[in-house]
Amino acid sequence: MTISLSHYLILAAVLFGIGVVGVLTRRNILIILMSIELMLNSANLTLVAFSFYLQDIGGMMFVLFTMTVAAAEVGVGLAIVVTIFRNKATIDVGKLNLLKW
Amino acid sequence: MMQTFMFIILTVITLFSALMVVTRKNPIASILYLVLVFFCFSGYYIMLGAQFLAAVQIIVYAGAIMVLFLFVVMMLNLRDPEAVEGKPLPWQTMGLFIGIGVGIVLLSYLAGSPGPGIPSLEPTKETYALGSAKFMGKSLFTDYVLPFEIAGVLLLAAVIGAVALAKKDRA
Repeated sequence: MTISLSHYLILAAVLFGIGVVGVLTRRNILIILMSIELMLNSANLTLVAFSFYLQDIGGMMFVLFTMTVAAAEVGVGLAIVVTIFRNKATIDVGKLNLLKW
Repeated sequence: MMQTFMFIILTVITLFSALMVVTRKNPIASILYLVLVFFCFSGYYIMLGAQFLAAVQIIVYAGAIMVLFLFVVMMLNLRDPEAVEGKPLPWQTMGLFIGIGVGIVLLSYLAGSPGPGIPSLEPTKETYALGSAKFMGKSLFTDYVLPFEIAGVLLLAAVIGAVALAKKDRA
């Protein structure tokens, strides 16, 4: 058995599913952010796999920019978490209902 | 053969750690398992000929981003992380099924790939050179120079935004 593109795609799909479950079932806002990172990374894996099997560097360049965006997202996201914790003294998303009517 | 073996080992570690990330109660344990996942991703990138991305993955994700997470968890000083998760709310059980559904839909879609038009690749030495720093750099400063500049502006905006958000005394 040699490793083909399908193997990477299936692996990425499973990891993305785990990430979605994490976002939807956890209440700790930090773990939700981490699950989003997991989903981003599984999308990156599909891009790199396609890039390699099509021998086109476009996918790898895209991953490089995705990583930049992920770094920016985490920086701003964690700043928001710190602000929320300072104001509400909780990181439980079940208790954050300021925008709920 | 060697590659198949590596892929299976990496996959077992990745899936196990990913499950641990979303199930652990203690955020520190989750973070450490996520670091393990990122190291495995770096292994996949090397197998896919993306050596430069493998290095960037370790430096940016396992190095910078996860340390940032760890730093925030330590800073927030959660006395009892277990207490954050109380009785599961109705939307949490629903979320589990939605998440599994999304996974199944993606799987059924991707398992059919590669479709027509994607040739099966016989890896040679040249195919693995695609993601080397040489080719990536050449591409980055010719075809992708505008996105590169925009990424720099984005990072600047993120830095300013993070400082403005986390600053204590707001004007």
